[in-house]
Amino acid sequence: MRDADFFCRWLLAAAASIEREADRLTELDSAIGDADHGVNMRRGFAAVAEALRSGPPDTPGAVLVLAGRQLISRVGGASGPLYGTLLRAAGKALGEAAEVSDEAVREALAAGVAAVGRLGGAVPGDKTMLDALTPAVAALGEGYGAARAAAQEGALATVPLRARKGRASYLGARSVGHRDPGATSSALLVAALAEVAGACVSPGDDPRTPSPDKQVARGDRTDIAE
Amino acid sequence: MRMLINVPESVVSDALRGVAAAHPDLTVDVENRVVVRRDAPVADKVGLVSGGGSGHEPLHGGFVGLGMLDAACPGEVFTSPVPDQMARAAAAVDSGNGVLFVVKNYTGDVLNFDMAAELAEDEGIRIAKVLVNDDVAVTDSLYTAGRRGTGATLFVEKLAGAVAQEGAPLERVEAVARQVNESSRSFGVALSACTTPAKGGPTFDLPPGELELGIGIHGEPGRERRPMMTSAEIADFAVHAVLDDLNPTAPVLALVNGMGATPLLELYGFAAEVHRVLRERRVPVARTLVGNYVTSLDMAGCSVTLCQADEDLLRLWDAPVRTPALRWGI
Repeated sequence: MRDADFFCRWLLAAAASIEREADRLTELDSAIGDADHGVNMRRGFAAVAEALRSGPPDTPGAVLVLAGRQLISRVGGASGPLYGTLLRAAGKALGEAAEVSDEAVREALAAGVAAVGRLGGAVPGDKTMLDALTPAVAALGEGYGAARAAAQEGALATVPLRARKGRASYLGARSVGHRDPGATSSALLVAALAEVAGACVSPGDDPRTPSPDKQVARGDRTDIAE
Repeated sequence: MRMLINVPESVVSDALRGVAAAHPDLTVDVENRVVVRRDAPVADKVGLVSGGGSGHEPLHGGFVGLGMLDAACPGEVFTSPVPDQMARAAAAVDSGNGVLFVVKNYTGDVLNFDMAAELAEDEGIRIAKVLVNDDVAVTDSLYTAGRRGTGATLFVEKLAGAVAQEGAPLERVEAVARQVNESSRSFGVALSACTTPAKGGPTFDLPPGELELGIGIHGEPGRERRPMMTSAEIADFAVHAVLDDLNPTAPVLALVNGMGATPLLELYGFAAEVHRVLRERRVPVARTLVGNYVTSLDMAGCSVTLCQADEDLLRLWDAPVRTPALRWGI
């Protein structure tokens, strides 16, 4: 069972990961967007971390709703409403239980991802955050490590895609050959979740983020370097 | 790139402090990032609220005042504002007659204004929204986020603002805003990339000797890159692109807009070429506005926006306006 503290640790790990990778996210966004994804995500997740540290809620659902509200109020752009909705919808799906099962976590994240799809009107293959989140949620039934691997693969698989949503869509064919920044930040969030859940980590992992129980894995692609 | 800033993180707040210092007609909430006309809420008047990423000045804050916007919400550079800002602005300007949100068609702006409308409606404020999507450079709306909101935003804010100032109800103000958007088309050209403070370098690569035809206001690429063209050739391309989509049957309002780094000397020369093409196409021009109004930081380049205007819209265009960036008739 997972308690509120687990979800706080997830989001703090996500904030740390976004902080580390902010410049790279901005660089990816520079190629097919407007060069601010890392800056905006860092501002949003710093606010999430501050809110959770100053007043951690009692239930898993409340943690996610609080974090979602922070993102909506602090990020702006498309990322704010989309990531905010992901966490808020997931939080609402968890209800008021003090502890939730991994099955409930999977269902809640599926609800969050569905809400993102409804809000943004995108489907997998449009070169958006859904290309990492959708396969991650589908793989979550096999464990957090599998979800992380699926998210990473999904993010990498956006490289040959042509963007059909958001600002990158105006590039048309010129968006091909670049990794989607939103799918990349989504994969960071899923990786942070796997990290706090203690999922096994591949040797290719970022050495700056040692996992609590580092084991030899089955070759998951967890690096975000291209 | 040398920039006239302190640190990248504070460019928006610094500019807002400057707006507050320079324009006593405006109330500027620097912390919450809302610019409101000082006499808001104006009794019995529909409120107009717009907003968007910073970097397009004077849009939108420069258009707050009598006869135009009641409030503007600046986001970070090229990043849409957050819903809390627009909800706060709506509460500040609502006289009980409702509020119109003027939203440029970018994914982030649309999502944040939608969320803001929900927040404001929860507070009992009547909200209407109009989406501005005038950019003809986007041809395959099916596979993109759709046509972008660019120069027509100025026409929507001026003309809807004028009819609101006359005391029209929310439905009428919304209808005028919609009519203006549907009657307007734009086409933009970049002669250089722009520099965001956060990045400190150009946001895209435009090789020397080339220009980009059909850009959006963040330098999003458009239809094609070509070797550098003359002002006359650019006017031919841009005005034909607009007219082929608009097919006006009435005189037009013309906005000859600079992207930020193109001198007025060049812009007026371009305005002459725009008028030449319109003459050749037998399209009468009722009014022309030349200047930097919907910009893209330090990008060099220009855009042309034409709005087909009936007698009613012409009257609203000539109506008094008093804002930092547009003022006449007063």
